[in-house]
Amino acid sequence: MSALLLQDLRKVYANGFEALKGIDLEVAPGDFFALLGPNGAGKSTAIGIVSSLINKSSGRVEVFGHDLDRDPEGVKSCIGLVPQEFNFNQWEPVAEIVVNQAGFYGIPRSLAWQRAEESLRRLDLWDKRKEQAMSLSGGMKRRLMIARALVHRPQLLILDEPTAGVDIEIRRAMWSFLSEINQHGTTIILTTHYLEEAESLCRNIAIINQGRIAEHSSMKRLLNQLHNEAFVINVKQSLDQLGDLGGYQWQRRDEYTLEVEVKSGQSVNGLFQMLAERGIEVASLRNKQNRLEQLFIDMVESSRKRVQP
Amino acid sequence: MNRWLRYRVAFQTILTKEILRFSRIWVQTVLPPAITTMLYYVIFGNLIGQRIGEMDGVRYIDFIVPGLILMAVITNSYSNVVSSFFSSKYQRHVEELLISPVPNWVILGGYVAGGVARGVVVGVVVTIVSLFFSNLDINSYGWTLAVFVLTSILFALGGFINAVYARSFDDISIVPTFVLTPLTYLGGVFYSIGMLPEVWQKISLANPVLYMINAFRYGLLGVTDIPIGLALTIILLFIAGLTWFSLYLLARGIGIKS
Repeated sequence: MSALLLQDLRKVYANGFEALKGIDLEVAPGDFFALLGPNGAGKSTAIGIVSSLINKSSGRVEVFGHDLDRDPEGVKSCIGLVPQEFNFNQWEPVAEIVVNQAGFYGIPRSLAWQRAEESLRRLDLWDKRKEQAMSLSGGMKRRLMIARALVHRPQLLILDEPTAGVDIEIRRAMWSFLSEINQHGTTIILTTHYLEEAESLCRNIAIINQGRIAEHSSMKRLLNQLHNEAFVINVKQSLDQLGDLGGYQWQRRDEYTLEVEVKSGQSVNGLFQMLAERGIEVASLRNKQNRLEQLFIDMVESSRKRVQP
Repeated sequence: MNRWLRYRVAFQTILTKEILRFSRIWVQTVLPPAITTMLYYVIFGNLIGQRIGEMDGVRYIDFIVPGLILMAVITNSYSNVVSSFFSSKYQRHVEELLISPVPNWVILGGYVAGGVARGVVVGVVVTIVSLFFSNLDINSYGWTLAVFVLTSILFALGGFINAVYARSFDDISIVPTFVLTPLTYLGGVFYSIGMLPEVWQKISLANPVLYMINAFRYGLLGVTDIPIGLALTIILLFIAGLTWFSLYLLARGIGIKS
């Protein structure tokens, strides 16, 4: 049984725009899955259909064995959704938003309060429980949406850009929280524009572009497809006298910084050795671009070319 | 978890949420109808009513009591649901319900019950105000209560449909201003349709509010312009029709889903 199964999922909006052109996707139980794609690719439409916010045109959706057409309540019971935009009553107190959501899932009020306290404490919002949601900061509102989505303990948590506009400290705290709940068995599907986020959290990935799945594989296999990797290296000695680097293509940024391209077959160790032989000591090294970002751009570009030759 | 228990909890959650919503803003929701009704009694009931004398065999101020109470019930049941549901669309927190395993009839039932709750609260407040100006001697408690609740349900349903179609705040005030208020005023709140020329009497019979006001007046005072059996049938038919249409809109996701 899959956590999520999409078969030939299609969506044509009333204005004729074909947002999904027959998507097939399978997510295994317990997975941390990334659904990536450029703006307008169809990610939010797919998520909207799975979570019953958008009517599909055709195709099949199954969540933990519940078919969306035959058993929509079964599907909904399994899902917790953190949407892209704030969609709670801004005038309501924080705790009430979470308790009411539990009520919609049939959780009696006393138990709902216990669950709300648990969720809000875990997300550092318990002290804000009596405040109106509108008074929260952007990061707190994002966490409130996560607390709300978890209150009925869903088997499948769908996060549509949960860390958009959130500062790096809170983002990292959210990553560790999400990893923890995933380790406890909750399947997570994540869409994000921060590819670093997808790379560090997710085990499997699908890239969607122009309403079609452009790639669907494990993160490891996908990253292995990288042919080139570019690094930015800070060194302790001046680069003025540096000549050939034995097959490594390099570019000087300033006197103490260089950019090097490491192709498949070459290694970072080999590069370090070359530099050491030339009397240059490395102070620090970082990827010029996030690895997944590089791949993502290549894939989106090539799928665009396939569609529009 | 038992399905029916889940539905009951969901219904109670929507209803509680609705009651808390209008209770928090009681200055906007409960107080204005009390003040407006008081002004009606002072101006129409006392000052003008003394010159009119009796209507259908009762004092004019007593004659207008049922219409004024029901007018407050109609307006408040309608506006509670239309503003609440539209605002949930506008702020997108209707999505909380759409993603939850709540059947459409529970969603509709919860919002309508919220509208009825406000209609009942306002109706009771207006009735208390009425007691300062009129000696209410209720003809039939059962009939009065039935019409009171059924009318409230009917207009709560109307408010729901308006909210589903509304795209802006202007859209939620158009129907109350241009449809609901004229129908209520022309539904015999302040007069008996027996006073109208024959042609206008016939035209008035097409106004559904007339049946509700007369049925309620019968419950309170024992006087009516139309057969009360017919009035009850029409109210029930409207409720059935509007319920079906509301559920159809929810099932199709019109106005709330893409």
